Amino acid sequence: MADEPRSVTRRQFGTVAAAAAAGWALTACGPKRLHDVPKDRLRTLIQQAEREYSDTYGKTVTVSDAGPMPGVLFGYALDISRCIGCRRCVYACVEENNQSRDPQVHWIRVLQMDKEHGVDFRHADPYYDPETVPQEGHFYLPVQCQQCRNAPCVKVCPTGATWQEKDGIVVIDYDWCIGCRCCMAACPYGARQFNWRDPSLPKDDVNPNMHYLGNRPRKRGVVEKCTFCIQRVRAGRYPACVEACPVGARKFGNLLDPDSEIRYIMEHKRVMVLKEELNTMPKFFYFYGT
Amino acid sequence: MVIVRCPPRRALLVLTCLVLPLSPALLACRGGMEVTAADASQAAESRGPAPTHELRVEAPPPPFTDGIFPCSDCHNDTDLPVNPVRRPLVDMHDDIVLKHDEEHRWCLDCHDAKNRDQLHLAGGEAVPFEESYRLCGQCHGEKYRDWRVGVHGRRIGQWNGAKEYLLCVHCHNPHQPKFKALPPQPAPTRPGRSPQQPQAAPAPGGASGGR
Amino acid sequence: MTADLRRAVPRFVAGGVRTALKGPALYWWWLAFLAVLLISGVLSYIDQLTVGLSVTAMRDQVSWGFYIGNFTFMVGVAAAAVILVVPAYIYQWKPIKEIVIFGELLAISSIIICIGLVMVDIGRPERFWHMLPFVGYLNFPYSILAWDMIVLNVYLAINVTVVVHMLYRAFTGREYSKRLVVPLVLLSVPMAIGIHTVTAFLYNGLAARPYWNASILAPQFLASAFSAGPAILLVVLQILRRFTRFHIRDEAIWKIAELMAYAIFLNLFFHGAEAFKEYYSNTEHLLYTQYWFQGIGEHRTLVPYAWSAVGLNLVALVLFILPAARRNVVTLNIGAAATYAGCYIEKGMGLIIPGFTPSTLGEIYVYAPTMTEVRIAAGVFALGFLLFTMLLRVAVAILLGELRLAHSTADGMSEASARPDYAVAPPPYPVDAR
Repeated sequence: MADEPRSVTRRQFGTVAAAAAAGWALTACGPKRLHDVPKDRLRTLIQQAEREYSDTYGKTVTVSDAGPMPGVLFGYALDISRCIGCRRCVYACVEENNQSRDPQVHWIRVLQMDKEHGVDFRHADPYYDPETVPQEGHFYLPVQCQQCRNAPCVKVCPTGATWQEKDGIVVIDYDWCIGCRCCMAACPYGARQFNWRDPSLPKDDVNPNMHYLGNRPRKRGVVEKCTFCIQRVRAGRYPACVEACPVGARKFGNLLDPDSEIRYIMEHKRVMVLKEELNTMPKFFYFYGT
Repeated sequence: MVIVRCPPRRALLVLTCLVLPLSPALLACRGGMEVTAADASQAAESRGPAPTHELRVEAPPPPFTDGIFPCSDCHNDTDLPVNPVRRPLVDMHDDIVLKHDEEHRWCLDCHDAKNRDQLHLAGGEAVPFEESYRLCGQCHGEKYRDWRVGVHGRRIGQWNGAKEYLLCVHCHNPHQPKFKALPPQPAPTRPGRSPQQPQAAPAPGGASGGR
Repeated sequence: MTADLRRAVPRFVAGGVRTALKGPALYWWWLAFLAVLLISGVLSYIDQLTVGLSVTAMRDQVSWGFYIGNFTFMVGVAAAAVILVVPAYIYQWKPIKEIVIFGELLAISSIIICIGLVMVDIGRPERFWHMLPFVGYLNFPYSILAWDMIVLNVYLAINVTVVVHMLYRAFTGREYSKRLVVPLVLLSVPMAIGIHTVTAFLYNGLAARPYWNASILAPQFLASAFSAGPAILLVVLQILRRFTRFHIRDEAIWKIAELMAYAIFLNLFFHGAEAFKEYYSNTEHLLYTQYWFQGIGEHRTLVPYAWSAVGLNLVALVLFILPAARRNVVTLNIGAAATYAGCYIEKGMGLIIPGFTPSTLGEIYVYAPTMTEVRIAAGVFALGFLLFTMLLRVAVAILLGELRLAHSTADGMSEASARPDYAVAPPPYPVDAR
């Protein structure tokens, strides 16, 4: 028996239309990712966050909403001939960026490499623990987020919780991330870390100078990574790792400024990037200063 | 955070109001060398590397040992006559072991024999301790050129403003400039299987292993 | 019409629920077993929700594990419904046309398991709605996970629509609407290919993981899906034969096994092609395949699994290629179990773990799921199997005419009759005379 076409009654249409309209209105009222929030509303949210964090940690916390400076594209250069593998950058970063102490989260991973094998990750060891560094026959390669211009992590994120800002920093909206870890699978540099359980941050160790896309305390179940110390660099300062390095292996600046030291390095030194064949176009360069 | 959508026009207006005040920062947006400290507008005048002998850098004072300076307290014509003969020192400064081209050089190749409160270049020109980099730069030319533009040496200060310089001697002991090996800070803990399990101590050598 | 719907639908649902909860002792033992697994899973999941994903063995170095491995496998099983749909609707082959609905029920249950596994895997499950378009933000078309979410849900919707429609029509004693079902079912064919291709692309597109960044991944996924999924169907069909009056023809079962033979061959062939490329070219990328088949240094945990998977699939291939072996109930079931186990191993452990080991920075973290992880995954599987079992029970009852909407009397309160009401329409499916 064939079906007779049934006409939609006005009541049915009205019900459906009303439901759709209500749904649309609701989507306008709901939370959005920080990327899409207008500036004034963002300011309000940030002030709320400042109050929350100040209460939780007992310090006067400021959360910056500094946007990217026009005409700025950040670049980083690391002198492999200088790095001695002392890991002071790792721990300076931990303090500056309010990383969890237990479970341990490190945004920078220093690899001890064999001089015999060169930059070959099959012979990389992040767990080296000799009496002193540098050790004979080894060189040291710190790895952190490369802030790729063609970032695979940004491409794969299903919710758009991570994106690249105009000044080149790849940021994460910690309140939007669902913790699916696609970005971690996509990152060729192991630069992203996940909060497998509640991060622990002792009150005394909190750095109260925060940025909403940077070092504000994260929750369990979200991804985090190096942000080039966005709270510092957007205020004109160097990232903490640059300042902490005792041998001056780390350099930082504005790639668009022809007089910056980063440009000088690009123009005068033998510069390379990791895993170049993957076409991620990192803005973190390695060079040999000597 | 609970956030609400906002009409695009208003957002644009707010954004413009935020960006406009930032535009003077553009002037400060530079990475070059500074002839004098901190003033961003002054920085706009000096572009490109300055000629070597005119470079003056604001840096913290040289890290003298306590009480050692001024050297002329002892090294003056009355108390201690100049002995320009190359020899190992026994009475004083014997704690300084020279490991810096010691085969060919000794103290008075850098320290000025006539006036110990200064150093001297190869050609004899006097150089105050505050400009010791000029002396280092004679032999270590590439390092000096790199240091001038901020590429060599520890970087502190502002990437888009006044760069803070340190003298060579703030990091390098001029008598034994090679860095000593440092004890590394702790290795990262290996990924463990459960939160209750204590993290295994890092094994010496070898990246592999998991539990 | 509306009055009919208002009467029929609640009875359809109530009748279905009642039927699902009625059955012989064995049926109840099975449900109880699944319920135990489900409860254990829920308890473990509560643990995971309170402590965090650290209760699993996943860490930064191996950031996907048991959950996603099983997810990938179950997407394949869901796609396998197509092995019934194509002969049934495109070739109009009657023996399979009679049983195609079971494939669709399997697809529905598998997709539910897939969604469940993703939900237990993400770090902030309460934020899953961030992925919904309009309400949240769906990074379409760049994120393959966004594509996956869309195609999986569309495929689920298609199957649910078709199944509910057909069963509802059968329940009310009418034939299903060809105008609705046929286009949807035909659409489900490319959708089935689509869901597993998109899932393959999820891995394939990651340049950071050379083990996955191989073009052969999508075809290989489909081949292994069509090996493992129908294996479940073979077992289910035999169970239905044994425990219900539903008549399933031998030809249907043999044809499925025959089609599986092709799939198993292709699966092995694609693996062989991949192994050749890695071993012969002998680049750095060989490392991951090597970890799987030979181990690296003293890390040889996965090696026995690698060779077992190959062995099991070979056994299944031989058994399914020989018509005599296909027809023998013992060898048929051995073959089905063998290929299911083989594909489960190489899709689960053989895909995920070597993809992450060694890590991008050369580190080897030996991943093996924790008990909590296994319990949670088993709980999700139990949920899917519970659903599958109950759907099968209801579907068989409706198709055999045992569950029917009785004609309404003046008070409209009569329940679904226990005996089929042949005056309304003959049941669309043959009833076993036994």
